Amino acid sequence: MKPILDEQTLALRVAREFQDGMSINLGYGMPGLCANFISEGRTVYFHGENGVLGYGALGEDQEKDYELINASDQPVTRAPGMCFFDSAMSFDMIRGGHIDLVVLGAYQVSQSGDLANWGRPGRPATGMGGAMDLATGCKSLIVMMRHITKDGAPRIVKECSFPLTAKNCVDMIFTDIAVIAMTEKGLVLKEVAPGWTAEEVQDLTEAPLVVAEDLKEVEL
Amino acid sequence: MPTNKVYASPSHAVEDFFDGATIMIGGFGSYGGLPIDLILALAEQGAKNLTIIANQAGVGFELSKRIKPGGYHDIGALYAKEQVKKFIGSVPALGGMPPTSPLETLHKEGKVEIEIVPQGTLVERIRAGAGGLGGFYTPTGVGTPVEKGKEKRVIDGREYLLEMPLTADFALIKAHKADTLGNLVYRGTARSFNPVMAMAAKITIVEVDKLVQPGELDPEVVVTPHPFVNRIVEVNK
Repeated sequence: MKPILDEQTLALRVAREFQDGMSINLGYGMPGLCANFISEGRTVYFHGENGVLGYGALGEDQEKDYELINASDQPVTRAPGMCFFDSAMSFDMIRGGHIDLVVLGAYQVSQSGDLANWGRPGRPATGMGGAMDLATGCKSLIVMMRHITKDGAPRIVKECSFPLTAKNCVDMIFTDIAVIAMTEKGLVLKEVAPGWTAEEVQDLTEAPLVVAEDLKEVEL
Repeated sequence: MPTNKVYASPSHAVEDFFDGATIMIGGFGSYGGLPIDLILALAEQGAKNLTIIANQAGVGFELSKRIKPGGYHDIGALYAKEQVKKFIGSVPALGGMPPTSPLETLHKEGKVEIEIVPQGTLVERIRAGAGGLGGFYTPTGVGTPVEKGKEKRVIDGREYLLEMPLTADFALIKAHKADTLGNLVYRGTARSFNPVMAMAAKITIVEVDKLVQPGELDPEVVVTPHPFVNRIVEVNK
């Protein structure tokens, strides 16, 4: 198979979407890497659903404070302008549409923008944490994931077979081979990883893709 | 004379916990703001058939060593002696972790009932219970397995689900400082569910890093006012 974007490069590409002044929530796992790639000259405020906005970089070993964590349980550092609040206010922020951008991982995304990112067949005790509220309430939702599963099955599908997080909620999908936008025309393929063609991306995608007129290689 | 709320130790503070009680436990994630000393005291005290309301179910000391060197205690301490009959929360088990949590194992064996609630809905149900409300409508969960069996209503063209309030017999919470009246301040992200749960139980028990006298906390920064707090334990870390 052709080379795909590694996690760091994918995180760098996603972080290019972070505009100056945005309040952003990064979901569990891969999305957390995006915090390391804020474009120069931009300031963004990271929201943790556990009740923090505007935290700083990940804590180094000598300064780890377990009463200052992000929602992925990682100790972070204090930053100017940071504020704390309780979980109820945190979810008022989320559901009430006061968070500009959310980046979540996913098991599957459907052609109509449905998201499945919490439940897996055979694991009935796994919960969704804050994902349903985030997907339902945020102004804009980015999904960041591998394009296919470890077994080679497409993750961008016609209908999700995994339990849904929310319907019609995804705005953009960033994978290790493509950037895809949810539009009124359906899923529009806007960027491909270096060396990939639109046809090759479609072959690994169950849902039909509309190829953008200005399709280009992923720009970092 | 007001009642003395200060208890000598965590075990004194949970002495009267009874079988079948519903208990809220504050905090978020693996180690943020959990009332660990109170949880361990409850594990020691041994009340059974408990319903636990908490954001996450915990993994227990053995599995925790895989998450943090040296390990840590969490709500998992209550599963060793099978004290829990029902868990209500948003993260009963961690999806990515192959050695499943003790709760997930007990659930598979049919020994524990689990009610999975989206995190924002969970905290709002607690806030509704705390504030004497009969429930609320939320868009979260519409079109997902969460909507099963719930009243659906369209408000201004958008679909919402009716969610019901949660209350408890006891709440175990963690704060940074308390004065002897029970006014509380928190530290960092250890706040999370604690102030909301403090308001939703018949008896709220707080463990604090530091106990001070009335007048020593700036009233401008008190988060939980004292009528919500019934018992206070200072724990030395």
